[in-house]
Amino acid sequence: MQKQEFTITVYTEDQIGLLNRIAIIFSRRKVSIDSINSSPSEIKGIYRFTIVIHETEEMVIKICRQIEKQVDVLKTYYNTSDEIVWQELALYKVPTDEVAEKVQVERLLRENGARAVVIRKDYTVFETTGHREETDALIKVLEPYGLIEFVRSARIAIIKNSNGFHEKLKEFEQLAPGPELVENEYLNKRNEVFDY
Amino acid sequence: MQTFDTVKAGSLEQVSLKTESISGSEAVLDAFLHEGVTTIFGYPGGAIMPIYDALYDYQDKLEHILVRHEQGAIHAAQGFARTSGKTGVVFATSGPGATNLVTGLADAMIDSTPLVCITGQVFAHLLGTDAFQETDIINITTPITKWNYQITDATEIPTVLAKAFFIACSGRPGPVLIDISKNAQLQKFDYKGYQKCEFIRSYRPKPFVRQEYVEQAADLINKAKKPLVVFGQGVILGKAEKEFQDFIEKAGLPAAWTIMGLSALPSGHPLNVGMLGMHGNYAPNVLTNECDVLIAVGMRFDDRVTGRLDKYAKQAKIIHLDIDPAEIDKNVKTTVSVWGDCKETLPLLIQLLNHNQHPEWLQTFKALEQKEIDACIQNELHPTGEQMTMGEVIDVLNELTEGKAVIVTDVGQHQMVACRYAQFNQSKSNITSGGLGTMGFALPAAIGAKFGAPNQTVIAIMGDGGVQMTIQELGTIMQSQVDVKLLILNNQFLGMVRQWQELFHGKRYSFVDIESPDFVQVAKGYGIPGQRVTARENLKEALKAMLEYKGAYLLEVMVGKENNVFPMVEAGTSVSEIRLK
Repeated sequence: MQKQEFTITVYTEDQIGLLNRIAIIFSRRKVSIDSINSSPSEIKGIYRFTIVIHETEEMVIKICRQIEKQVDVLKTYYNTSDEIVWQELALYKVPTDEVAEKVQVERLLRENGARAVVIRKDYTVFETTGHREETDALIKVLEPYGLIEFVRSARIAIIKNSNGFHEKLKEFEQLAPGPELVENEYLNKRNEVFDY
Repeated sequence: MQTFDTVKAGSLEQVSLKTESISGSEAVLDAFLHEGVTTIFGYPGGAIMPIYDALYDYQDKLEHILVRHEQGAIHAAQGFARTSGKTGVVFATSGPGATNLVTGLADAMIDSTPLVCITGQVFAHLLGTDAFQETDIINITTPITKWNYQITDATEIPTVLAKAFFIACSGRPGPVLIDISKNAQLQKFDYKGYQKCEFIRSYRPKPFVRQEYVEQAADLINKAKKPLVVFGQGVILGKAEKEFQDFIEKAGLPAAWTIMGLSALPSGHPLNVGMLGMHGNYAPNVLTNECDVLIAVGMRFDDRVTGRLDKYAKQAKIIHLDIDPAEIDKNVKTTVSVWGDCKETLPLLIQLLNHNQHPEWLQTFKALEQKEIDACIQNELHPTGEQMTMGEVIDVLNELTEGKAVIVTDVGQHQMVACRYAQFNQSKSNITSGGLGTMGFALPAAIGAKFGAPNQTVIAIMGDGGVQMTIQELGTIMQSQVDVKLLILNNQFLGMVRQWQELFHGKRYSFVDIESPDFVQVAKGYGIPGQRVTARENLKEALKAMLEYKGAYLLEVMVGKENNVFPMVEAGTSVSEIRLK
């Protein structure tokens, strides 16, 4: 089975240490993570991890099952690049005098969809977002003008055929034991328990 | 935007008629009482002292067994959990106390044993400062626990402990570690009572059973001419021994076991065709590569069972019943996978099965079994040489116990021999370290096993190497007066390593010639009586004396120095290439 790029999306509870639990699943199998992003999702209290790896689909399936097995992980999805819309953000620091002197830089930036974030006397920071080849292209463009520093973020991705996680979460919550199943000695004494 | 951060009333919310102010330590012990804990194995220390202080007032409700090393505590808790079917509970202090649990946690994780381990931790304000006896036990144990959590505020204790017990014993069981800082143990808070956890939104202990896969599996079994069932501990953990027996009996399916599955099916059952894997029986190993449908029930295709994977049951359609979706297709690709608790899936499958028998196919097992009897079993159980064999000791033990004893084995040659030849007529009576292969497991595990099954005879079978790894637990036996029988099969070698050195390293016996103390005298020092047997004619009487003695007893049997365990599937070969000598 051929290795290819996969993007894994993991929805989790907000739990300290969970990042470690997830990272260990990759490291113990000697699978290198190309990029990893963790941030709050559209649902309060739920986090979304986006992890990019280069592996066989068989390995990705096994890894996803191991991730999903972790308590505090709600759901794991994996997708190939054509099934997602993805972006990376890149920042570039160049000497301001070079930029100011050479007008064509501005045009090149426009052509590359970049914009200035900070302009100081000594340096200017540009940013652009896009796929890897797009952000790489701007490095090549800026290098002749004395690129001082460059940084690129982890990938973030939206799954094309996803209906959002809200519905899935409702499904999980519906699996909670109904009142008739809860062995709660106070169940029939609600008025005594709670102040209405 | 719609949010879902509210917790359903009656599920996780604590409810109580009154509140009272109690300490975090008391909340821990109160949680134990609500969870039905009776026995705790532990060792006190500075960072867990408040919990031990609270325990002083709970002595009439909670029995605490003081071990001699934290590794002893966790193996004892494993033994307790495995015989009782309940969750084992351990106390240890921070730092070295906590790190001494690591081997047992890894063992419990791989063998799916439900444990709740409570470790003390330094004061919260000292965390991360390399304080005295501080270790980051949460990160150390992350890969070897089903779940772990650090508590630095006492108010979290009731809900976290409830989660801990729920996670440890539900679904595929496993060890949970809860690290509680000393301030949280001391802190007083308004206690609103304890409520058991029954639902965690991000944790699904049992997968949803898909009926169409059950139907496909039944169809394959009904059409099979040469079916073979391979079963593991999942049958025992699911408490599905009866369902499993009904399943194989209805369809006439020969069933072979992994060492973790041993005792789920009585040894003498006509469809029990023996042990799988490296030192398993000849017939089930060879016929794994001849069956047309292989039905794996609650087992995980360990490499010790499968041998070389690319030559494992390639001709067979494979059905895998397992509660853990991550096990499906992990090692062996399945044709049909039935996710779920086998307590639920087996009855669904039974309904769809035709009554069947496979007399010719079963006869094939018999023929190969005879080959194994002639080549090794006869010599092992009824040797003609002067030296005693491990097998004949087990054989006499079978005769005396009638397969009703709980047998706790350590790791090595004696383990393989005991698993091969000991008779088991009751479930949960084979306790061994299967996945991790932890030497030193048996002595403490036997102590726990006896607390878990107080009405059964518990026999620890150990090698001269393994017993010395945790021999200090003789002190625990002395103090707790636990009635365990200690049977040391002494071949004056680290036998299994020596066997490999003989077979694969040209007899270069590198550091396996281990000297032992006078075990009988050592036991005597701990107030445990015993004797050593060196001659065959004294064996039966000595075993009888051990079994009849009221209380702990140590029996050392001197066995042949260079005996090997056969059959054997060599590493890197296929199961059908199993060698008989």
